[in-house]
Amino acid sequence: MLLEYFQMVDRIEAIDPAADTIRTVCNVPTQSPVFMGHFPGFPRLPGALMIETMAQTGGWLVLARLKFVKMPFLTRVESAKLRRFVEPGEILNGEATLVHDGSGFAVIEAVISTGGQKVASAEIRYVVGPFPNDTIRGAMIFKAREIGFPEDRLHAE
Amino acid sequence: MASTFEQVADIIADTCDIERDRITPESHAIKDLGIDSLDFLDIAFAIDKAFGIKMPLEQWTQEVNDGKVSTEEYFVLGNLCKHIDQLREAKPA
Repeated sequence: MLLEYFQMVDRIEAIDPAADTIRTVCNVPTQSPVFMGHFPGFPRLPGALMIETMAQTGGWLVLARLKFVKMPFLTRVESAKLRRFVEPGEILNGEATLVHDGSGFAVIEAVISTGGQKVASAEIRYVVGPFPNDTIRGAMIFKAREIGFPEDRLHAE
Repeated sequence: MASTFEQVADIIADTCDIERDRITPESHAIKDLGIDSLDFLDIAFAIDKAFGIKMPLEQWTQEVNDGKVSTEEYFVLGNLCKHIDQLREAKPA
């Protein structure tokens, strides 16, 4: 994770677009400017970033299904539960399952856990639309390769 | 069994917190009920789930943008329900 850049997912552990599932690994940094404010003397991963971690885990799954022809944008977080604090240095495991593949939108259920213990969960919805420009699409593909995204899901046939 | 319109109206009332009595087959989702695009996606999700279909919103939007049909074709609820029924009939058994 690079919290200041909102880069939450370090590695895709497994992805199965046919089965509509993904597993990710997200290493919480031991140090970050974020922890200076959240909180002084009690560094913890902000809940908003736990939600972002789930949204990005599910987002990579949606991108795998779309093969980077379109991009998911977060529109709604439903039934979010933040179950416990996350400390610097913890390793989070993300899991997401596609609930609904709509026309122009997608819905996933996501969970992050650590050491087998559930940390947070939510239903997350995205609107699916064209990439705003080639720069963001190129950056997303670059990042995808960096975190182990399957090559055959980077481009539509 | 509730009609398609009754189910859709209940979904809209529940999703958008609109009084059920205000929702009629003649209601235009945007012009009369003030439903915005984000709320409409929530409605679409609920309708897809309730009827086991996938409303082709992207295709419909394209048709409207291209001037092939007016928004009334898909956003007046009576018309929307006709399209939902067609999708239900076309669904594989």
